[in-house]
Amino acid sequence: MAQIIVVTSGKGGVGKTTSSAAIATGLALKGKKTVVIDFDIGLRNLDLIMGCERRVVYDFVNVINGEANLNQALIKDKRCDKLFILPASQTRDKDALTKEGVGRVLDDLAKDFDYIVCDSPAGIEQGAMMALYFADIAIVTTNPEVSSVRDSDRILGMLQSRSRRAEQSLEPIKEYLLLTRYSPARVKTGEMLGVEDVKEILAIELLGVIPESQSVLKASNSGVPVIIDQESDAGLAYSDTVARLLGEDVPVRFITEEKRDSLKGYLVANYVDT
Amino acid sequence: MSILDYFRSNKKTNTASLAKERLQIIVAHQRGERGAPDYFPKMKQEIIEVIRKYVQISDDQVSVQLDQNDDNLSVLELNVTLPESK
Repeated sequence: MAQIIVVTSGKGGVGKTTSSAAIATGLALKGKKTVVIDFDIGLRNLDLIMGCERRVVYDFVNVINGEANLNQALIKDKRCDKLFILPASQTRDKDALTKEGVGRVLDDLAKDFDYIVCDSPAGIEQGAMMALYFADIAIVTTNPEVSSVRDSDRILGMLQSRSRRAEQSLEPIKEYLLLTRYSPARVKTGEMLGVEDVKEILAIELLGVIPESQSVLKASNSGVPVIIDQESDAGLAYSDTVARLLGEDVPVRFITEEKRDSLKGYLVANYVDT
Repeated sequence: MSILDYFRSNKKTNTASLAKERLQIIVAHQRGERGAPDYFPKMKQEIIEVIRKYVQISDDQVSVQLDQNDDNLSVLELNVTLPESK
């Protein structure tokens, strides 16, 4: 039986799609058969981040409406044969995702896959609620910034009251914090909320910290999930995150300032060169 | 940024702790309303308006809390701070 993971946040632009693409790819690289679904109906972008935008023929809504079957709509990833992408539709119909329809598609996928990663849209509208409704695990993607933390707390409330597990009084969704765009240097100078601050406010288990990194933009420019770039700190941080998701005990990296960023390091770097 | 600026920013502006304080307050408030039925905010507003017919009070002088004690019992707690009568 597949585990259903929702990557959610409430706030937009915090890195849900980047994280969905990276985590799904990471799970597949670890040998888990994984499908990643774009729930952002009308504004699909996961296909671009995964680099398969020119291979989209049928989409999620086509499958729900019976206009295509799953095999026609699923796109097989070119880098990893355990990974599949189900793109969102570009329709403007906001109610295209019904509980029955989404439930049926997820049931079908669950027979065949180990992990189903649901990339939620921002907000608390239909698409976001459908992405979280069937989840077993929630990865609450948060930036160390006030509006993102507040919205994450709102989404935690939704997970606890509006999900299938809540409605049917089952064991609650397992909630994890994924802190993205983290800048240790700014935390040190007191300009940015630290890992411990955000953990204390949201009171959920930490799954990973992804440092602010130029490699994320480079990866999205080229349509390659950032986890593939194992020379970048963000790529390595996502690998750690996936390992933790699979139950491995991995220490958190990239949350303290690197030496060359410290004042001493700064002086050394500047004066040794000249 | 000069080295002087570096020290200055370190001393004066620890905005992260300000952010944390503000978030702790707003999140505690949000959690108080979590799990309440959809009619709750409107009911709270109407209760305040009824009280206002008789006493002048502001919104923050009234606290309305719904506690789910167990499956069969919910308690609606209403606290009103009345102004001193002259």
